Amino acid sequence: MQIKIVDDIFDPWQEIQQFQSSAKDMQGKYGATSIFVGTMRDFNEGDNVKGMTLEHYPGMTEKQLTAIVDEAMQKWSVIDALVVHRVGDIFPDEPIVLVAVWTSHRGDAFDSSRDIMEALKSKAPFWKKEILLTDAERWVGKNTDGYMS
Amino acid sequence: MSIKVRYFASLKETIGRSEDELSFIEVSSVADIWNRVNADKERPDNILAAVNMEYVDFDCLVNDNDEVAFFPPVTGG
Repeated sequence: MQIKIVDDIFDPWQEIQQFQSSAKDMQGKYGATSIFVGTMRDFNEGDNVKGMTLEHYPGMTEKQLTAIVDEAMQKWSVIDALVVHRVGDIFPDEPIVLVAVWTSHRGDAFDSSRDIMEALKSKAPFWKKEILLTDAERWVGKNTDGYMS
Repeated sequence: MSIKVRYFASLKETIGRSEDELSFIEVSSVADIWNRVNADKERPDNILAAVNMEYVDFDCLVNDNDEVAFFPPVTGG
């Protein structure tokens, strides 16, 4: 398992490739890989957004993410997992989060990646402050259920 | 007993500081800690608490050298 908190732009596809090629133990063992990438939008709650600052609680963030991934690995027979999350100043089209899991079978891959992502949304101590096109700033009050309506 | 109290995100801005250091001798819960450092401010309903980086209820008792944190609902991902 690898948990990374990064304060600069990252390439999720490069992270996956790097992790997969260095994880020699899982070679020949995994039959499914499920990947979720969350990217910054340029709109939220009816307003145009030009940037965002992501604050986190150093130490607690890593601790919570490790516990979340550990639990999912037990529950879903995950062979290995990678979570990367951005902090600091971020702009539209930049990746915010990557969750990648490697499992023997597709059901465990789909379910565990969803499980990790939902738990991250409700437990990992990150907070978003948006900068609107008008230069006004506002804290995001809470996460949504993840659907358009 | 010595306790470090930390605040994050919008709560840090509302309170106007990121941390407090407390020294006292009474047995105290997380709720007592809030009242001790922010006696002039009502605790917002949606605020979460952690002790030593683990989520806790407000009736959780604190120990010497604990780090207590208060913050709004998380919005990562």
